[in-house]
Order: sequence, then structure tokens, then C-alpha cells
Amino acid sequence: MNPSNAGGAAPAANGKGKLAMYWAASCGGCEIAVLALNEKILDVAAAFDIVFWPVVIDAKVRDVEAMEDGAIDVCLFNGSIRTSEQEHMAHLLRRKSKVLVAFGSCACEGCIPGLANLSNREEVFQTVYHDTPSTENPQGQRPQRETPVPEGTLHLPVFYDSVHTLEQMVPVDYFLPGCPPEAERIWDAVTAILENKLPEPGSVIGADTSVCDECKRKRSEKRIKQFKRTWQVWPDEETCLLEQGILCCGISTRAGCGARCPEVNSPCIGCYGPNNGVRDCGARLMSAVASVIDSNDPEEVDRIIHQGIPDPVGSFYRFSLAASALRRRKLEKRETATEQHPGETDR
Amino acid sequence: MADTQFEPKLVGFLCRWCSYTGADLAGTSRKEYPPNLTPLRVMCSGRVDPTFVLHALAQGADGVLIAGCHPGDCHYKEGNYKAMRRYRMLLELLDTFGIERDRVRLEWISASEGDLFAETVADLTDKVRQLGPLNWSANWEENGERSEALQAIVLEHERAMEVVR
Ligand code: SF4
Ligand code: FES
Repeated sequence: MNPSNAGGAAPAANGKGKLAMYWAASCGGCEIAVLALNEKILDVAAAFDIVFWPVVIDAKVRDVEAMEDGAIDVCLFNGSIRTSEQEHMAHLLRRKSKVLVAFGSCACEGCIPGLANLSNREEVFQTVYHDTPSTENPQGQRPQRETPVPEGTLHLPVFYDSVHTLEQMVPVDYFLPGCPPEAERIWDAVTAILENKLPEPGSVIGADTSVCDECKRKRSEKRIKQFKRTWQVWPDEETCLLEQGILCCGISTRAGCGARCPEVNSPCIGCYGPNNGVRDCGARLMSAVASVIDSNDPEEVDRIIHQGIPDPVGSFYRFSLAASALRRRKLEKRETATEQHPGETDR
Repeated sequence: MADTQFEPKLVGFLCRWCSYTGADLAGTSRKEYPPNLTPLRVMCSGRVDPTFVLHALAQGADGVLIAGCHPGDCHYKEGNYKAMRRYRMLLELLDTFGIERDRVRLEWISASEGDLFAETVADLTDKVRQLGPLNWSANWEENGERSEALQAIVLEHERAMEVVR
């Protein structure tokens, strides 16, 4: 479509709704997930004019800025917030959209990018620009906030110390979890929007049972003497993986995927995020896992944990660290203003 | 006590059958102990989901006490063993998050141990006071850079992207 007529709150002459999709700190998988709708994507195109979707059409931010507030009917926002530019886009799209959907695990709960909350900006830069074996950077260059060029000064956004979820930045109407959301769930959401049957604002569009409820494995009493990593064993294909000592996140994770991973003998890693009523996904999982350790001796418990779960935060909060109660590791106060842009800004 | 001394905010999850009764005993026998702990009565130490502890710390508590019946005495048989296992796991998490282990304490206190309750609260208060305020939510604030950075983007867009208002 022609982006120049994207603005304005009045319904389009063709009676279609206006749809936007945006990505912030994410991998792009959410965009692909929409394509997994296959031919149903044509129904989406029939019902909506796409007014902004950088991957798909050539509309510019200035087109969005020129729209009236509330001009977009539905905005699917994927990705977490890591830079000031992403936060700006979150505020902008919130203002311009009637319904803002946190689309996918990154927007809902920080997802894998959120694990960087165990580091700070300086550590991330150190790793990315200096330490990784594939990096060649003999002059030790780092991104600068400001770079003078003949045409003027170029600016880069501020890279934050933490990854934030969309809801931590702006009010969100609906949450569509999953890494990425399954096509059927996306379709559920699209149908709900089209038929005007959206649930209470603030709710998650999805199941309210757990992955364990969808999993067909046999369960009995859980008692664990030793945790095992997936590469250490070939699990029995019928018994609950957790009972076999393999850390499986099915207990606290929302259903919606059809328990695909346990079905192929691989533990649930929690990509669908916390189930209803679970406030802190990692703590709930940790609580469940710890309570079935088969020992009453604190020292033995410690030994079992150390041997089998070398990275508790990474294992329990793989997708949900940024949305957890604590959100990140303790942040040391920086002494200088910032390492990212040593030069002073002129504003 | 100097006015400027830091007074830690502590939250205590006390099992109804033993430790909460122990706390009552400390009161009725007029034991003196610091007023820093806000006690919350739970049915059993096994009811204390680590979520409660993390949430308390995230929302402004400087330290947390979990107290239950002595091993073997839990009214639900196993609850305090579960609490102990969760506590061991929780300590590992606290290490990674950068929260000192001394801020979160698990103690077995029976209904007759009013003295032990008073001592525990005094000791926890003292340790946390030495550690200083936790002030956890400050970790999320991006060192005050956000608002300036956001404003800069708006100005820049107006200039460079020729937004007409
Ligand atoms: S813990 Fe994992 S393997 Fe066991 S029932 Fe739940 S999803 Fe299935
Ligand atoms: S009833 Fe007191 S710890 Fe379980």
C-alpha cells in the first residue's frame, strides 16, 4: 500500500481495519510465525490494511508519527525493550493504537534477550565488541552515541543496562505468549479481533492449563536423587521426564504448544511463559523442583543441586527473567556518566 | 540509637503452629526485640513459595525470615523439609542475583521457643542493618538515562524526519 495515506483516525473507505506490526529486541521469529498462518494470511490481508510493518512494507516512522492518536486498530508488538529507540517506538505505537498486543515471549516476558539481565551494558559490550572469538576489533571500537560526519552529527540510541518487557514500559491490552506464538494461537487472536470477541483487557490470549496437562507421559510420585542434563541420558519415552531427573519446565509453563518437546523426548524449556496464577515463573518452577528432591539433609540437597543444576537462573528463568520479581542481577552504580558515549551531548 | 541509623524492613513468614506461637510467647513473656519484622502467618513453612520471598525483596523488604516447626514436628509431616530444600535452592538464586545470603534466613522455632524467636529477629535485624538498604527497584531505573534519551529521539525525529505537526 501507499504509506502516504496511512494517517487519520477515520475508518478507511474500504471499511478495513488498520494493522501494524513492529519488532524491538527480538530475533525475527515472531514475524515468521505470522507467515505460518499460511493461506489464512490472506484473510488477515482481506480484513486489514497494513499501515506499518517494517519487515513487510516500506512505511516510515514519520508516517506513524503523522497519524492521529488511535489511528491504528491493532498493533502486534514483538520484542523486548533494550534501547531508548525501542522505548520510543513502544510509546509511539501505544499512542497510535487502539489495541496494543504484546506479541511473543520477548514482548511478554523478555525471553532469551532478557537473560542479558544477568549482565550490564558494559559487560554486554565487552563481550560483543572484544571478547567473542569471532570478533576482530584491533582498534577497540565501540558504538558511540554521537558521530560527526560531513553532513552533521549521527546519533545512536542509548543501550540500556536492562532488557524490559513491553508492559514495564507502556500499558498493554493483550498478551500473546510463545517463542514464537503457535500459528493456531495467532489465528485465535486474529479471529477474536475480527469478531470483536476479545477477552477482558489485560488478559493472555491462550490456554489456562499447563504443559503437563497436555503432556501424555505417565506420572507417579516424584522423588529425585540426581538431576541429569539432557546430553547425559537417553530418557525413557513414556515416563514423565522430571521423574527421570531431567529438568522439565512443563509444571509452570502455559499450555498452547501441544507439549511438543516432551513428545519428542526433550524437556519443556518454558517458552510459552508462566501459566495463569504463576507470578514468577522461575520461582514457581524452582519451588516445585526443589520440593521433590529426595533428601532431608541440607548438605546432600546442596550437593544434588550443584551436581545437576549448574545454572539455576538460566534453567528456571530461561524465558522469564526480565518479567520476574527481581527482573535482573544487582546493578552496580556507574561512576562515569556512561561508557557508551564518552563525548558530551549537545542537548 | 542515632536518628540516622538505617532501620531495615523485614518480612517474616511464620508457620502458624510453631513459630507464630513462638512469636506470641516472646510477646506474652515480654521479651525485648527490635520492631523491624512484619510477621505474616502461614499455615506451614511449606506454604512459603520462593515467589513470596523474591516478591518481598523486590517490593522493598531488606530481609526475609522464614520460620517453621523443627524437623520431624511439622503438622503436615513434610512441609518444613520442602521449605528447607526450597531454601537451599533459593540461596543459589540469590547468589546469582547478587543478593547477600544473610538477608534471607530459615529458622526452626517451636511454640515454646519465645527466646529463640526474639534472638533470631534481633540477629537478622543486626545483620541486615550492617548490609544496608537493598532498595531493589533502583536496579531497574537505567541510572536516570531514560527520560533524557527519549527526549533526544523526539527532538531528532522532528528535525531529521521532517515531522510536520
Ligand atoms: S514435567 Fe514435563 S515430562 Fe513431566 S508431565 Fe510435565 S511436561 Fe510432561
Ligand atoms: S506446620 Fe509448622 S512447618 Fe509445617
